[in-house]
Amino acid sequence: MFEEYKGVYVIADCFDGQVRKVTYELIGQARLIADQLQEDVHTLLLGAKVAGEAQSLIEYGSDYVHVFEHPLLARYTTDGYTKVITDFFAQNKPNVILIGATNDGRDLAPRISGRMKNGVVADCTILSVSTSDGLVEWTRPALGGNILAEIICPEHRPQMGSVRPNVFKMPERQEGRQGHINQVDVQLTDADIRNRFVEMIKVDMNDVNIEEAEIIVAGGRGMGSPENFKILEELADALGGVLGVTRPIVEKGWYPLSRQVGQTGKTVAPKLYLAFGISGAIQHTAGITGSDMIVAINNDPEAAIFKVCDYGIVGDAMEVAREMIAQTKAIKG
Amino acid sequence: MELLVCIKQVPDTSEIKLDPETNTLIRTGLPSIVNPFDMNALEAALAVKDKYPGTRVSVITMGPPQASVALKECISMGADDAYLITDRAFAGADTLATSYTIACAISKVQEDQGKPFDMIFCGKQAIDGDTAQVGPQIAEELGIPQVTYVCGIEVNDNIVRTQREHEEGFEVLDTPMPMLLTAVKSLNEPRYPTLHNSIRATQYEVKTITVKDMTTDPKRLGLQGSPTRVRKVYSPPMRSAGTMLTGAVSESVATVMDVLKQKELI
Repeated sequence: MFEEYKGVYVIADCFDGQVRKVTYELIGQARLIADQLQEDVHTLLLGAKVAGEAQSLIEYGSDYVHVFEHPLLARYTTDGYTKVITDFFAQNKPNVILIGATNDGRDLAPRISGRMKNGVVADCTILSVSTSDGLVEWTRPALGGNILAEIICPEHRPQMGSVRPNVFKMPERQEGRQGHINQVDVQLTDADIRNRFVEMIKVDMNDVNIEEAEIIVAGGRGMGSPENFKILEELADALGGVLGVTRPIVEKGWYPLSRQVGQTGKTVAPKLYLAFGISGAIQHTAGITGSDMIVAINNDPEAAIFKVCDYGIVGDAMEVAREMIAQTKAIKG
Repeated sequence: MELLVCIKQVPDTSEIKLDPETNTLIRTGLPSIVNPFDMNALEAALAVKDKYPGTRVSVITMGPPQASVALKECISMGADDAYLITDRAFAGADTLATSYTIACAISKVQEDQGKPFDMIFCGKQAIDGDTAQVGPQIAEELGIPQVTYVCGIEVNDNIVRTQREHEEGFEVLDTPMPMLLTAVKSLNEPRYPTLHNSIRATQYEVKTITVKDMTTDPKRLGLQGSPTRVRKVYSPPMRSAGTMLTGAVSESVATVMDVLKQKELI
């Protein structure tokens, strides 16, 4: 019934002409899905001058890269991106589309779905292919991460979903991997784009990207006061990591949203996650379960965080943090 | 100006507890609230009304009859009119069918009042589903521009200047009316109801819109109009609980440090 719908398509997420990491994470998943379906992986690459990025998309697992170059595609716009992408999909019928669940991706995905009148599943954390009917199974958290829902799209094509950054690992790059690069003829005029870009106000460039960190030292309400977080910052420095916080800490205004880990903040997957004075509400733990190792410190032996950690220390967060700093410095010399 | 706020009545997910014995969700007794981000959307609309006399703020929701409680809460905050879209025909709708239905209802209200809404305000997402899809899908269905993740609004004549949250900073955009925007928490602090508006809310009769009041394609409504299907729902698998260190702090820390050294994290 849907024989003409073929291929697993990734829409690359770019900023300032650079492909963002989530794109490669999506290509990794697209590759797994495509191999099971015996189809190809296609990536749509949009920008003003982006063709130079095409080969790396191939080396990470794309079979085809469709390059859309136009001055009006230099930055993301709802109208411009929706138009050129849905125009392309009117000609090339995809089976599956993957979009990064960044702010731009979450702006774009529902708009495309509205225009193509197909389903879209937001913020998936598990992707699989049904062995019985070949449908993509899109699994996503709901009700604040308390439940997981597996969603299918049986009677419409394309099947479409968005995936949050850092949920999946980057695939291995295969140097010299061969693929096809296709320059797409872009039909777009100024009048197609209704939002006028005024300016981009950059946020504090000294602030860190906790999504990329290998070691995160995180603090929650149990830390007590803003002053007590200084010692966690000191520990993070000693370990070569960065500081993360829970939602209540951001709501108190002690740290900016960019530091927030969890369902409404960032999903992180560091090699080491140290949780100080964090009770372990599911809204928080939903954002850390991809960590290689979780060490939790809490003075309440019944704290829920101890159910998801690899090592749990029952004790005073400040005392443990001071001891860790001392021992880290002793080891590093 | 005519302003519209789309709201949703949701269970307060911050109150959800897991049954410690079975690790399943305790669903009963969850309080119903207006989706918190929708309160930011309503506050933003009311702030525009405060600045431009003669502006009217309407609120609309799709849901069961008891969702009128949520609409009345918006009246108590200062909204002028409230519409409840409710019908068994809408049951089982996913985001696409929901936004189609809401867009049809908006078109009907616009026809009745003889003018379009200049601005439509939504929350960035609902806390029960977290999809962030219905706002943009309504905008697409109505054919109007959208700005998502809005944390600042300035209205000048027929142009709305917004600040949009982005991973790389704040994007400033100018959008012509009519337009739709979705609000984030940092946009504002929702006001408290006044006594006058609270009294008005108790007496206010919510306007109901059913399927027969609108022009719709029945194939696009409810479960039938929903491309996505929930195949199963389950509790997330727990990571297995790890080793508990209950001795002296210096020993516990030393144990952890040994592991970090083995894993070459230090």
